[in-house]
Amino acid sequence: MRIKCPYCGERALEEFSYRGDATVKRPESLEPSATDAWVDYVYLRDNPVGLHKEQWHHSAGCHSWLVVTRDTLTHEVVGVEFAEKGS
Amino acid sequence: MRYSLGSLLANAVTGNRNWKPVWREPEPKAQYDVVIVGGGGHGLATAHYLAKQHGITNVAVLEKSYLGSGNIGRNTTIVRSNYMLPGNEPFYEWSMKLWEGLEQDLNYNTMVSQRGVLNVFHSDPQRDAFARRGNSMLLHGADAVMLDREGVRKLVPFVDFDNARFPVRGGLFQPRGGTVRHDAVAWGYARSADSRGIDIIQNCAATGFRIENGRIVGVETEKGFIRAKKVALSVAGSSSRAAAMAGLRLPIEAHVLQAFVTEGIKPLIDTVITFGAGHFYCSQSDKGGLVFGGDIDGYNTYAQRGNLPVVEDVAEGGMALMPIIGRLRVLRSWGGLLDMTMDGSPIIDTTPVDGLYLNAGWCYGGFKATPAAGWCFAHLIATGQTHPYAAAYRLDRFAEGRVIDEKGMGAQPNLH
Repeated sequence: MRIKCPYCGERALEEFSYRGDATVKRPESLEPSATDAWVDYVYLRDNPVGLHKEQWHHSAGCHSWLVVTRDTLTHEVVGVEFAEKGS
Repeated sequence: MRYSLGSLLANAVTGNRNWKPVWREPEPKAQYDVVIVGGGGHGLATAHYLAKQHGITNVAVLEKSYLGSGNIGRNTTIVRSNYMLPGNEPFYEWSMKLWEGLEQDLNYNTMVSQRGVLNVFHSDPQRDAFARRGNSMLLHGADAVMLDREGVRKLVPFVDFDNARFPVRGGLFQPRGGTVRHDAVAWGYARSADSRGIDIIQNCAATGFRIENGRIVGVETEKGFIRAKKVALSVAGSSSRAAAMAGLRLPIEAHVLQAFVTEGIKPLIDTVITFGAGHFYCSQSDKGGLVFGGDIDGYNTYAQRGNLPVVEDVAEGGMALMPIIGRLRVLRSWGGLLDMTMDGSPIIDTTPVDGLYLNAGWCYGGFKATPAAGWCFAHLIATGQTHPYAAAYRLDRFAEGRVIDEKGMGAQPNLH
């Protein structure tokens, strides 16, 4: 599995660190009424079979945060973009 | 047939022509009291204890492939109870006790080998942490021995005691830990459950759940609809997929853990060595191959195979600990799917759907838990009450803030 960083080009997997599901959204509210949304955000995941949007950090490269779209069944990377655009 | 010296001799002198299949291959009935989804170690153990401890035998176990095809046949066969926290250690120690009596309980040779499990340490703080863990184990009735450098040398003289980065200063040893023949665990539990009347249905994947008014009424399968009063999910590695069919989201990510086996060599390692700091652990199978592994790959996957960076990391860990293995050739490597929970601890609980029970989230420790997980899950299904040993393994502990932080690194995604 190799990831094509939009800045550095295709690089080996060792250069990247994984953070996880890029589709979860941090709740705006800190009120008690938002507890369920916080539990969702911190702990619950769709964990899909197939395409998964996920955050990777090019930690041994340009230090960009990336949103990678990858197939969890085949490891095929079908899309990479900078995180600020993707999430 | 009950196995005994007599039955072995009788079959030997008749040319081994009269052995019978040890379980039936029935078609599913229209209705059961309990349907267990997942015919792995945990599902089969649950079936065995449902029948034996609770007298519930109108039960089907659904397996999407053949028995032993999943994680029960993909792990590295190590059993131990060297946990620390109150929510964990009584459970794993009960599992250890069940392992110790398993062959008598099942009348089946599961090759339980209590060859010990050694965790090496490399620094004073790590020694303190291991002493604390060992004391916790002793307080919970398990066994633990702190070894100094010479104690480790007696057990495994070939490790690199003077490694520049991780010199071996000693170890925490659990003599009762060891290994168990993993396939035989599945076969032994299956044989016992089958002999008590439980239907084990292979090549029959669950494709959906039928839920009416918040209560489960049955399972859609490749062999048609099966009505059930209770449905028990025991499909670690694929728990999120199964739970999604019931409309549930779980605090779980699917990951892969790789394992490796070398060519067979003469007896070298008569225990299990764990080198946590270097992400490497190793034992020797009865065939002579070294069975070893390391850390998870660390990204969501359902592929049952990993990538090369972790292969390299494991090999480096192995060479750092025991350079003696440097010229061995690796015969096979494979990957097993894991339910990684957000705190690194499992779930044995009811769900928001009435009649649907969940055994999931075993991270990379599901094999050693097989007997106790089956024991506690069967108790939950039969009585509706959480078993005291599994009382902490609740599904709502994340929302409640009662996470079980065994690794001591804070419970949050990405740290497991």
